[in-house]
Amino acid sequence: MPALSPAEHGIYDRHPVPAWIPAFAGMTTLRYLVARAIKSPVSIFYCLLQADITESLFLFLRILRFFAAMSPVNTKKPDILKRVLTISLLLLFLLLVAMLLGILMGSTPGGFKEAIQSLFGTRETGSMMDTIIWRIRFPRILLATLVGAALSLGGLVFQALLRNPLAEPYILGISSGSGIGAIFGILMGFSRFPGVGAMAFAGSMVTLLLLLVMSSGQTMIKKDSLLLSGVMVNAFCGALIMFLISITQDSRLHNIIFWLLGDLSMTDMGHVGILAVTIVPCFILLFWLSNSMNLLLMGKEMAQTMGVNIKVVTAILLIVTSFMVSATVSHCGPVGFVGLVMPHLLRLVFGPDHRVLVPACVLGGGTYMVLCDLLARTLPEQGEMPAGVITALIGAPLFIILLKRTGR
Amino acid sequence: MNTVIDTKKLSHSYGDVLVLKDLSLSIQKGDFFIIIGPNGSGKTTLMKVISGIEKSGKGRLEILGRPMRKYTRKTLARAISFVPQMVPVDFPFTVTELVLMGRSPHLGTLGLEQEKDIQIARQAMAFTGVEGLAHRKIDQLSGGERQRVFIARAICQEPQIMLLDEPTASLDLAHQVRVMDLMERLKQERGITIVMVSHDVNLAAMYGDRLLLLKEGQIVSMGLPEEVLTHNTLEEAYGCNLLVDESPLGKFQRVTLVPGKCIDSGMKKTDLK
Repeated sequence: MPALSPAEHGIYDRHPVPAWIPAFAGMTTLRYLVARAIKSPVSIFYCLLQADITESLFLFLRILRFFAAMSPVNTKKPDILKRVLTISLLLLFLLLVAMLLGILMGSTPGGFKEAIQSLFGTRETGSMMDTIIWRIRFPRILLATLVGAALSLGGLVFQALLRNPLAEPYILGISSGSGIGAIFGILMGFSRFPGVGAMAFAGSMVTLLLLLVMSSGQTMIKKDSLLLSGVMVNAFCGALIMFLISITQDSRLHNIIFWLLGDLSMTDMGHVGILAVTIVPCFILLFWLSNSMNLLLMGKEMAQTMGVNIKVVTAILLIVTSFMVSATVSHCGPVGFVGLVMPHLLRLVFGPDHRVLVPACVLGGGTYMVLCDLLARTLPEQGEMPAGVITALIGAPLFIILLKRTGR
Repeated sequence: MNTVIDTKKLSHSYGDVLVLKDLSLSIQKGDFFIIIGPNGSGKTTLMKVISGIEKSGKGRLEILGRPMRKYTRKTLARAISFVPQMVPVDFPFTVTELVLMGRSPHLGTLGLEQEKDIQIARQAMAFTGVEGLAHRKIDQLSGGERQRVFIARAICQEPQIMLLDEPTASLDLAHQVRVMDLMERLKQERGITIVMVSHDVNLAAMYGDRLLLLKEGQIVSMGLPEEVLTHNTLEEAYGCNLLVDESPLGKFQRVTLVPGKCIDSGMKKTDLK
């Protein structure tokens, strides 16, 4: 057998420079000019991102894929770490851009210029815009980042663990389970941390156990039974939440309802700090287990014969993920479908290796959530809507598409 | 030390059902050992117990001279690799990525592969003839190609013993021979002990150094192919009428099925003769 050159053994394909780059540049310029004609920063943003959302998403995907191919791990050196780092830096850049957009735009009219001045400190402090940016928008954006990161990572872990591409904390009912716990906490008058948080964690663990008992046959967790169990858990939790709401008469009612839809508006730096301290260690732990997740994709038996201690790894993954998800739920309610959209998008771009996907989900999920929150804040003429509405509007159709695809 | 797998009175049960009953057997280094027997005879269970997927209930089980309980998952994975019948792969890994995963038991928790590991993966892929598929996604391959990829992964694990659960079950004729030849070469060139569960008694006769015939969790017969594959033993184990003669290739037993004559379809055993 002739020896093959290293290039032929490359692990990841190298893409040639694609022809869509000039096309994209042209289209973007056109859109920008249109947006300039309308003369509003918000409309510029929408023209760039929203004018044709499918097309934009498609192009966005191509861009990411292009960058992913520019940072290939090829052949001679097994540089998985370098690949992880390159992709992380790319996504970190996107996250920072999204955060900047999130800080600069909002429901306060006409503040774009002021916001830039305030942000870069060329304006005297203590102005109205200053307060809005640093006391309202900034903590909110950080919260969105953390929530998006935790939820997409949660989705990724569940998809690997249950070997089901449709698994996601919200769809499986784990979010609503911790929601019930959190509502109990609110009704009992606990503080957000640690009272409501602990109740949410208890709720998520109970639903998780319920789910596993319901869906497991002898040994294997089947796809359909898992989804069905999730539907039932969701329905049951929904009824329970409605019940709790109907017996609540006072001012807490509005809070609960808004919170239920996935609301990021009520936060300050203290809460964000607490959330960061609780979930960032989870990110690290999950990255440490990412190779085990790769092996888990081949089934429990295979993973075992390849040296994975299934029981320990599964237990850690389930508990850490539920902890992470319930921490976010207790802060801002069950935000749906984030854990479905981001892992799929990132897997499509970067491939199925979890050592890449875990950091990518943290950064990409954060970006996605910041953008969804931005839409939620700026789309309505008056006031704002919960970010959960946006994520569900994007995620639910995707779920249906995926369901149809996996059915084939 | 030539015995790589040694069991004494090994038993295993699922709940109340006893599937392996007091099995005592030893497999020598460099053997091509094939386990045959009817459905439900405990072949796969035996495989799972040896590979450590199932914890054995009673009895002694020693791998490479060390008792099973002294192994961790990782050290066991360096001694034994396992090729299942069919692995459903729902996630689009490339062939190289998948084969490289076989290095995991030799690496740290994150499985960061070194240059040496990629070299080993390449050799393994060349050995099973899938190096041309290195870039392909695993879910785009045919059954035969996929099976060879999984064997490459098992080779990449650099084990001393390789267990295979009916690797030829869903393959066409050419692929069956190809996989079996691969195993034979693996045995001869690398000295790996092959333990295989098979339904195909003719392939077992051709490739097996030693055979084990199981029925209802017990040993019916164990030894050289010509000792195990006799008319009476096979008929007793499978409960159907068979012809056993010599293959036209010479030196092998050949087992031929006789249609329409099965013992449990209402006939007495004496009717068959």
